[in-house]
Amino acid sequence: MFSNPDLLKFIFGRLTLEAIPYHEPILIVTFIGVMLGGLALLGVITYFKFWGPLWRDWITSVDHKKIGIMYIILAIIMLLRGFSDAVLMRAQQALAFGENEGFLPPHHYDQIFTAHGVIMIFFVAMPFVTGFMNFVVPLQIGARDVSFPFLNNFSFWMTTAGAIIIMLSLFIGEFARTGWLAYPPLSGAAYSPGVGVDYYLWGLQVAGVGTTLSGINLIATIVKMRAPGMTFMKMPIFTWTSLCTNVLIVATFPILTATLALLSLDRYVGTNFFTNDLGGNPMMYINLIWIWGHPEVYILVLPAFGIFSEVVATFCGKRLFGYASMVYATCVIMILSYLVWLHHFFTMGSGASVNAFFGITTMIISIPTGAKIFNWLFTMYRGRIRYEVPMLWTVGFMVTFVIGGMTGVMLAVPPADFVLHNSLFLIAHFHNVIIGGVLFGLLAGVNYWFPKAFGFKLDPFWGKMSFWFWLIGFYIAFMPLYVLGLMGVTRRLSHIEDPSLQIWFVTAAVGVALIACGIASFIIQLVVSFRKREELRDVTGDPWNGRTLEWSTSSPPPDYNFAFTPVVHDHDSWYDMKNRGYGRPLQGFKPIHMPKNTGAGAILSTLSVALAFGLIWYIWWLVAVSFVAILAVAIIHTFNYNRDFYISAEDVSAEETRRTELLARQV
Amino acid sequence: MSKTNVDPLEKPRFYLEEDHHPESSTNLGFWLYLMSDCLIFAILFATYAVVGRNYAAGPSPADLFDLPLVAINTAMLLLSSITYGFAMLQMERNAKAETLFWLGVTGIFGAIFIGLELYEFIHLIHDGAGPSRSAFLSAFFTLVGTHGLHVTFGIIWLITLMVQVSMKGLIEANRRRLMCLSMFWHFLDVVWIGVFSFVYLIGVVG
Amino acid sequence: MTAEAPAHEDARNTHHGHSNGHEAGHGTFKSYMTGFILSIILTAIPFWLVMGEVFDSKILTAALIMVFGAIQIVVHMIYFLHMNTRSEGGWTMMALIFTLVIVFIALAGSLWVMHHLNANMMPMSPEMMKNMP
Repeated sequence: MFSNPDLLKFIFGRLTLEAIPYHEPILIVTFIGVMLGGLALLGVITYFKFWGPLWRDWITSVDHKKIGIMYIILAIIMLLRGFSDAVLMRAQQALAFGENEGFLPPHHYDQIFTAHGVIMIFFVAMPFVTGFMNFVVPLQIGARDVSFPFLNNFSFWMTTAGAIIIMLSLFIGEFARTGWLAYPPLSGAAYSPGVGVDYYLWGLQVAGVGTTLSGINLIATIVKMRAPGMTFMKMPIFTWTSLCTNVLIVATFPILTATLALLSLDRYVGTNFFTNDLGGNPMMYINLIWIWGHPEVYILVLPAFGIFSEVVATFCGKRLFGYASMVYATCVIMILSYLVWLHHFFTMGSGASVNAFFGITTMIISIPTGAKIFNWLFTMYRGRIRYEVPMLWTVGFMVTFVIGGMTGVMLAVPPADFVLHNSLFLIAHFHNVIIGGVLFGLLAGVNYWFPKAFGFKLDPFWGKMSFWFWLIGFYIAFMPLYVLGLMGVTRRLSHIEDPSLQIWFVTAAVGVALIACGIASFIIQLVVSFRKREELRDVTGDPWNGRTLEWSTSSPPPDYNFAFTPVVHDHDSWYDMKNRGYGRPLQGFKPIHMPKNTGAGAILSTLSVALAFGLIWYIWWLVAVSFVAILAVAIIHTFNYNRDFYISAEDVSAEETRRTELLARQV
Repeated sequence: MSKTNVDPLEKPRFYLEEDHHPESSTNLGFWLYLMSDCLIFAILFATYAVVGRNYAAGPSPADLFDLPLVAINTAMLLLSSITYGFAMLQMERNAKAETLFWLGVTGIFGAIFIGLELYEFIHLIHDGAGPSRSAFLSAFFTLVGTHGLHVTFGIIWLITLMVQVSMKGLIEANRRRLMCLSMFWHFLDVVWIGVFSFVYLIGVVG
Repeated sequence: MTAEAPAHEDARNTHHGHSNGHEAGHGTFKSYMTGFILSIILTAIPFWLVMGEVFDSKILTAALIMVFGAIQIVVHMIYFLHMNTRSEGGWTMMALIFTLVIVFIALAGSLWVMHHLNANMMPMSPEMMKNMP
């Protein structure tokens, strides 16, 4: 029965038993670990009968707060995966000198650096950022949810589907060996005939749908759902940076989608966009993908800037210095980020005039960023600074990010770039801005908003441990790379001949070990805080003496966020309310109109995974079935007109009374 | 309203006692989606502009394009646009049967458009000018095909909406959906203007 | 009571200010027909220019095609998509302008970058380019 090769090919496409990497000990151990962990998790869920609540309250939830939290959980899980890749790379590079080949064969090493980049950008930084925007923005603008709650759920599950597709490549087949942007012709069918690039393409396409839709959703939310009185210049700064970020998302992710689609056509249909023959032009891919790629950098860092602005104002007990200049700087960055993309390929050969233009625009874009640094410094100046954990991350950011920014300006000089491009100097530079800028911001945000999300603060001791390990680990890990880069060591090498360089790589590996301690401290912080949650409980809803609207409601906020829609008079609206004797309304509650939960998002995303899997392995019947199923589910979903319900006035009243009693006990 | 506990003196109002209904975001949201779609087309146009003259010693637009066919195709799309407009006018008048009629006419024009485009594609592939012949043909098939794919999804959406309108009538939700599809349909028209001008006409001019 | 009234009034106003904006986005029979007739004319002329081989200059013909195309896009935007500066509080117009800027940057930028690249790295005539395998 199984001897018929045609039948097997029909059922499994190009998927064969050889695709399971059982001859790779590292992967086997990982696989066993993941399986055991997964089984344990399933066991726990079953034992505590969590399946029902998990489906009803989380998977099908359209509540922006829960979706935001799920995004961040996804990001943290993927951070562990992306970081293990980093550890493998650093260990390999510290060992593989001269005679020693290290423990990773080149084809495996190449997959690891590709996966590291793809995962860290698309499945750690992006969901982390989107998670914060989802959780915080509606609360900051005094809204009860986002504009399109179902779409929000769908976006989240599409992002998760993308992550699942990428994770599948670890155990079934292989991942791309092309670097995180999969430049052709290497990524074309001729040079990468395997499934690796296809995993890459479909993982990103599926996740990209989610990202674009969530961007549209958040723009509409910010434009349409602001509380009365909140004009644009009264929006909290995090909301502002979120708005600009989402504009960037909506105006760049389609470019990525189109570019990857063209590469897919080259691989699947045999078109000649980026091939070497019949008029194709691989450089066009590089041009197009960086039109997306550079704004993407700002998509990641702008929300982090927003988080730092909120943190600085709160922990210095002052209004943010230069609110208006902060807004304008953000908008200027938003526009300028479209005018610098060529600095990623100065060496491609466009000539002096083109390089000069893009070099100058790149230097110009550092001006608004510098203005922001000064705004934060002036906010701190003469402030009553409380060095809580979020503030530590912020100060660490300011120092680290400035260094990264300066090396960036060095790279913006085309002649210097000709020497430094593709070297470890570049690697050190972008880790310097992405870790020092984005990641520090996200961790500041976790410490800052955690009490709002869960009702108790995070343990400060382990928070500080995490911070210091990260900060010191970062410098020890990446400063050697600057040195190596200046000496001419290129990136993506799995083996180096010159033994005199080894000491620098060993130092970098020590730095990574310290960062590992930082991540471990962060996990310990979560566990310890959960166990000490009664001690760390926040009953006021305003644990940091905050300034924006999210701190005016309880921690965690009720499903409806605000029993009454707030009216805003100032950009630090909650601070303004506290100062002018705001009294919490205790009666007169009305029923609240809310959207209903739906499972359509989770179903569609599962089908998308099946569709992508079929496309990757050429299992065409699966492609056809899942495509038709996706269409059918989407159409059936539109026949459901009954999408909302009311929380009764009694329920609202009961919820609010509980909070009143809690507050009274506190005082 | 008067039985709330807000101090009536001096203090500004910090919350609304009455229900707050932010206006619908659907139009704006859908418009933003169209803008993102517009960028997908922009990239396809840019690719066509860059590699569209790389014929790889193969056929060029002047050898391949059948302008009368393109003219008929364009006419179909323009007609479908005006008939969709009529459907919207009937919807405004709350006339369900007429709305459905004009939607049906729109769908037929759309289907003819797709049929003619498929005919053109098959013809080209048959003549050995398929998408893998040269970068020019890759870009041509992708750009025109993506537009065609959009029209196809528009037709599927249109049929779904016709069923929904006949089931539920011209209720608020259906009106909103018809409005979105209207924007989508007219948007595809706008893209087609770019396609016939930039790809077909200028291609034939050379 | 007297102090409360204006505040109340104020909130009402913000509320009302929020909930209009629905009126935008519908045409009349006349506006649809105007748009339709204009678009037929604007389609017919460029087709005639090419099929009738009216001008000898290719550049002139191509430029005219682009001009008519651009005008027709504007006509469609106004009469079929009902674009104006007021709908959705000006946000649709703003989004459109922003998108056009990005489209322009992506198109013009790609052409500029790739043209220079070709000129520097692959100096050859268009004729050679055309016949290159």
